[in-house]
Amino acid sequence: MNQMTGIKTLADLKKKQEEVRARINLRDKAENPESLVQVKVAMATCGIASGAKEVMEFFVEELDKRSIDAVVTQTGCMGYCFAEPTVEITLPGREPVVFGYVNPAKADEIIECYIKDGELVDGIIPQNYDTI
Amino acid sequence: MSQYKMHVLVCAGTGCHSSESNLVYEMLRDEVERKGLGREVQIISTGCFGFCEKGPIVKILPDNTFYTQVKPSDAREIVDEHVIKGRSVHRLLYTDPETMEHVLDSKHMGFYKKQLRIALRNCGTIDPENIDESIARNAYQALGRVLTEYSPQDTIEIIKRSGLRGRGGAGFPTGLKWEIAGRNEADQKYVVCNADEGDPGAFMDRSILEGDPHSVLEAMAICGYCIGATKGLVYIRAEYPLAIRRLKTAIAQARDYGLLGENILGTSFSFDVSMKYGAGAFVCGEETALIHSMEGKRGEPSNKPPFPAQSGYLGKPTNVNNVETLANVPVIILKGADWFSAIGTEKSKGTKVFALAGKINNVGLIEVPMGITLREIIYEIGGGIKNGKKFKAVQTGGPSGGCLTEEHLDTPIDYESLTAAGSMMGSGGMIVLDEDDCMVSVAKFFLGFTVEESCGKCAPCRIGNKRLHETLTKITEGKGTQEDIEKLRNLGSVIKDTSLCGLGQTSPNPVLSTLDNFMDEYLEHVHEKKCRSGQCRSLLYYVISADDCIGCMACKRVCPTHAISGEKKEVHVINQEICIKCGACMEKCQFDAISLLNDYPRVAVAINN
Repeated sequence: MNQMTGIKTLADLKKKQEEVRARINLRDKAENPESLVQVKVAMATCGIASGAKEVMEFFVEELDKRSIDAVVTQTGCMGYCFAEPTVEITLPGREPVVFGYVNPAKADEIIECYIKDGELVDGIIPQNYDTI
Repeated sequence: MSQYKMHVLVCAGTGCHSSESNLVYEMLRDEVERKGLGREVQIISTGCFGFCEKGPIVKILPDNTFYTQVKPSDAREIVDEHVIKGRSVHRLLYTDPETMEHVLDSKHMGFYKKQLRIALRNCGTIDPENIDESIARNAYQALGRVLTEYSPQDTIEIIKRSGLRGRGGAGFPTGLKWEIAGRNEADQKYVVCNADEGDPGAFMDRSILEGDPHSVLEAMAICGYCIGATKGLVYIRAEYPLAIRRLKTAIAQARDYGLLGENILGTSFSFDVSMKYGAGAFVCGEETALIHSMEGKRGEPSNKPPFPAQSGYLGKPTNVNNVETLANVPVIILKGADWFSAIGTEKSKGTKVFALAGKINNVGLIEVPMGITLREIIYEIGGGIKNGKKFKAVQTGGPSGGCLTEEHLDTPIDYESLTAAGSMMGSGGMIVLDEDDCMVSVAKFFLGFTVEESCGKCAPCRIGNKRLHETLTKITEGKGTQEDIEKLRNLGSVIKDTSLCGLGQTSPNPVLSTLDNFMDEYLEHVHEKKCRSGQCRSLLYYVISADDCIGCMACKRVCPTHAISGEKKEVHVINQEICIKCGACMEKCQFDAISLLNDYPRVAVAINN
């Protein structure tokens, strides 16, 4: 039997599952996104030019490190090009909130205050339109 | 391991595979690599999503965007637009047939709303060729728990309490089956997985093996532990090459990890699985015939008793379970018997996978809780009848089943209710028929199938089904009599009562149930020589329209049997008694005055009674 990969006990199997879970946890989460924190990063030309990509990576990595169950997606331009990068956060059961001028430092603040404790932080862009 | 922020799932089931989903996968992978996104975007080929109507399917997570009928040439646009810019490619989205609007994500598709996927839980979610993805989704955890915490009797008790019944057709309680096999002492016992899926139009077992092979292997090992077997055999038809390949890969990977083989998970339990190929005979789905075929003998059933649980493969106690039944087992162990038995109806627990086919908008594979109504399946999940036609009947249980009609639309579906309605669960094929289908022809089609598939061992099935088929042919050709209808019913019941195995005992079902539900169509064929749906060619008539005929005599001259009468500049008439339906007249007519109809103006032909 292969010594490197052999699963010899139930504990081995559980350990292996922990190791490989990262491969598919996004798929598990996507099955019921409504119950999770949803983070949408505007990744149109304006967003990317202002650094949305770094912000998105920051969210993806930090939320995982801080063990917060969240779904991070990218969206198109939300129209707030003056305030890019913009990020829309939806906490379960709450209305979405849009934050402007988000850099990694701001993203850190958003995670710590808004996502963890539900406290609003500076930089919210009031929603000025309805979507149908 | 760096985090992928996006997963792209490409269906690699047989359906999508045959419309080039493998190329879609390769193109997406290459495009993602080319754009330098290989570390951010994971492309996975998965098992069947069930929505085969609109394959190939590509699903993008985490936003659940569901793209249909994706072509290899669409890969670049998906990567450029969706992956990089976050805009969905609208033209590839599923369009709701009622509202004609694009549906952004699969959560809002009517097809998935009513489904509960237990046996298909991993199909369309994991890469079936990578054991790690299965392990991440709890594969082999149930086996681990059983081996370390439960005795075989405890485990059997859980399966019994869950109410799980065989999904291959007859619905025998699985726990009881295991208990009986466990009780028989022997030096060697066998666990057999019946993957000989033979119903026309059914493909749930294939899809499970293609999409989630480890769930079946794990369940076989659990069964082995319960009944005291160390060897497992999968009997699969050779015409399922993709399922065979994935299963082989899965067995090799499980052996590599030590999850199959000697001393599994450090316990004294050993179990290994090998494969046996069948040539694809319907009768080999019957367990005794299946066992004979595995032994290298002719695929013929034998009398029970002895049951396979007493004397099966090579004369040893053998437990045979269907693929879908097995796929339910690990979840029951992990989530508990009570969880499972809370789903479904009083006597039929859990879910059932159905293969929707025929005149329905969303052809595909669905899994629904027992007790759902036909109406929900056909109109909500299936999206209704194709081209807005009228629903006529649904044939369940394949060649062994029967037809359910409009009056059964609101009956909750389970083993008992289907049997009471003259049909059966079968393996779960569901063929939807609309007003254009002729029920006599449908019965004839299924009888044709059983005549071909009958092994010939017992006379009722070998000769009786042939006679039934001949009588049905006679009726569809317009030569039937009232006596023939009586004969169908009598012969049908005799075949049912006297055949050796399940094949013959159920083969008259399509005839008997159409006789029960559509007697008027039979009577029409016999007495009025009319097929209302126009499917029976012999019951179509060439008719000259009085409005369009100018009396040119062209048709009269060409008719080889002189069936056409009428003088110059008068409307011509075809004598249906003499007409041999060669169509020469219709071809000759330059005024489109002759048409092929399923009825003709009868000149007071006395058809009494």
